[in-house]
Amino acid sequence: MNKFIVFLLVILLTHTSYAQNIEVCKTCPTSTIKEAITKAKDFDTITIKKGTYKEYNIIINKPITIVGENYPVIDGELKGEIITITSDNVTVDGLFIINVGTSYTEDYAAIRVRKSKNFVIQNLVLEKLFFGIYIEKSNYGKVYHNKIIGDAVEEYNSGNGIQLWYSNYIEIEHNYVEHVRDGIYLEFSDNCLIKNNVSAENLRYGLHFMFSNDDIYQDNTFENNGAGVAVMFSKKIKMLNNTFKENWGTASYGMLLKEINDAEIIGNTFQENTIGINIEGSNRITYKNNNFINNGWAVKVRGACYTNSFLENNFLYNSFDISYNSKVNDNVFDRNYWSNYTGYDLNKDGIGDVPYRPVKLFSYIVNRTPETIILLRSLFIDIIDFSEKVSPVFTPDNLLDNNPLTKKATW
Amino acid sequence: MLKILKYSFYDLMRSRWSYVYFAFYLLLGIVLLFLNNDLSKAVITLMNVIIVLVPLIGTIFGVMYYYNSKEFTELLLAQPLKRSSIFLGQYLGVALSLSMSLILGLGIPFVFYGLFKSAAIWDFSLLLITGIFLTLIFTALAFNIALSNENKIKGFGYAILLWLFLAIIYDGIFLMTLIMFEDYPLDKVSLIGTMLNPIDLSRTLILLKLDISALLGYTGAVFKQFFGTSFGLIVSFSVLVIWVLLPVWRISVKSKKKDF
Repeated sequence: MNKFIVFLLVILLTHTSYAQNIEVCKTCPTSTIKEAITKAKDFDTITIKKGTYKEYNIIINKPITIVGENYPVIDGELKGEIITITSDNVTVDGLFIINVGTSYTEDYAAIRVRKSKNFVIQNLVLEKLFFGIYIEKSNYGKVYHNKIIGDAVEEYNSGNGIQLWYSNYIEIEHNYVEHVRDGIYLEFSDNCLIKNNVSAENLRYGLHFMFSNDDIYQDNTFENNGAGVAVMFSKKIKMLNNTFKENWGTASYGMLLKEINDAEIIGNTFQENTIGINIEGSNRITYKNNNFINNGWAVKVRGACYTNSFLENNFLYNSFDISYNSKVNDNVFDRNYWSNYTGYDLNKDGIGDVPYRPVKLFSYIVNRTPETIILLRSLFIDIIDFSEKVSPVFTPDNLLDNNPLTKKATW
Repeated sequence: MLKILKYSFYDLMRSRWSYVYFAFYLLLGIVLLFLNNDLSKAVITLMNVIIVLVPLIGTIFGVMYYYNSKEFTELLLAQPLKRSSIFLGQYLGVALSLSMSLILGLGIPFVFYGLFKSAAIWDFSLLLITGIFLTLIFTALAFNIALSNENKIKGFGYAILLWLFLAIIYDGIFLMTLIMFEDYPLDKVSLIGTMLNPIDLSRTLILLKLDISALLGYTGAVFKQFFGTSFGLIVSFSVLVIWVLLPVWRISVKSKKKDF
């Protein structure tokens, strides 16, 4: 029996070692990538040497590994899609792909994965692209260490950096995306992990979720995007330790939540955004241990938001901490640190003895008449804010942090 | 004029009130920086102080100095001196000594705090510059009031009323107007309204640095151009200069015609 196993092993090992390596270079017998793919058998490796390859519509239809040595350039000459993966178990590694064609009828991508499993896309550099990495109806893939640099100017004729469509269990890590329409876009994609990415200077959103559930995104940085990060119509998303920075503009948010239920937002930093988080129709969300620093509005609650809880966050030097547009409040604020808090702590247990009212009358006024923003920090405004604090008339009177911290929350 | 400036300046340097003023800022600076150790909060508090207190001190001091040195002024008037240079000299003496108290009082603790290495240096310089502008403007306004009113009590009353109006009441009226006409496009009106009040104007200048992210939240092309580019900064500074020049010009005109 043992012998049989050894025999089997030997057969297996020798079989796998038959997997061949095909080299592609200008002077090699195989000088184009398409040719190499036709020649390759299943589980072969294709090594592409340094050089420029003017090819497009490369279709990878067998389980092979494509590795570039010293970043060979694949130039699509703006003619269309460059690489399409249609087989399972494909690895693409170390390529420099440029000049993807732009079309108004088809979403040309630098690299597209279609209906396949277990793919790995790593160490790619994509430039002058329409769509970058487009993953459709594919599962269990990995997208690591890619650098996507677009040159998008207008929303209507530009594509997304990394796009997932009906794809589950995808891991997206350590990518850098800039100057495209949406940095990372998920549509109908569940159970994905988005980690350690940087998405900056994109025209629309740094990260965009639509109808995608049970995803986690953590340790990402979203900076200076047209409208920040949008999470819409999704359930049970975990947003952990991300940084949202400098999203400035009239419709810009650090994070935009619309129709989000049962999410967790923990350990994030929102810094210098026009609106830190904009919440609309979102329920049962836990906001914990987040830092809101120097935002115009730290949290703007638009309506239909119930049973959310804000626990142990730091609200530091925001022009407005919380803004509400109704008098009804069903959300809990507890044990947060508010830099505008002026109460005292006589028994020195680190919790202020006077409750804090995060919604100011002025934020209500600015909601009604936006031009009044010009009176921000005026003495008169301070006086009317104070009188509203003493006897709330326009703002929800049960909106209180009963246990405001006297020192910054640490975790 | 320079000689009179020098006398006024030295006179004020010997006065107790300059020292109190200086000591107040010194204390404020030290408390804010060293007992608070949170620079952003310190800058915000300083802004509130500068916006409210500097104009108040400027008006009171200006009026007080004018009435107190009236006899000396009459003595000077008997000499072959140009009237405008007497009053402008006195005005500059008051304004400069107040500005100096402000700069030194706030500057010293900040220098010790290691300001030159910190990123807040621009916020801080902007605060000081607006503070100096406010001193210049409100001292000039105070001299105007004092020149127009022989009665000391009346002069003081008007000066305090002026401060109260510009610091608080103006904003109240401004806010009511904006709310009342909220159905109309108001961005130009609100910007012009700000220009008409030096306190609002300096507040806006500081907001440009501190709360730019909130200011950019408003949808409006005029606002966007004003706050989003250096246009706002340039316009605000030029209007501040006009605010200094107009009352100073009126001092020289008024002093020429006045009977003593």
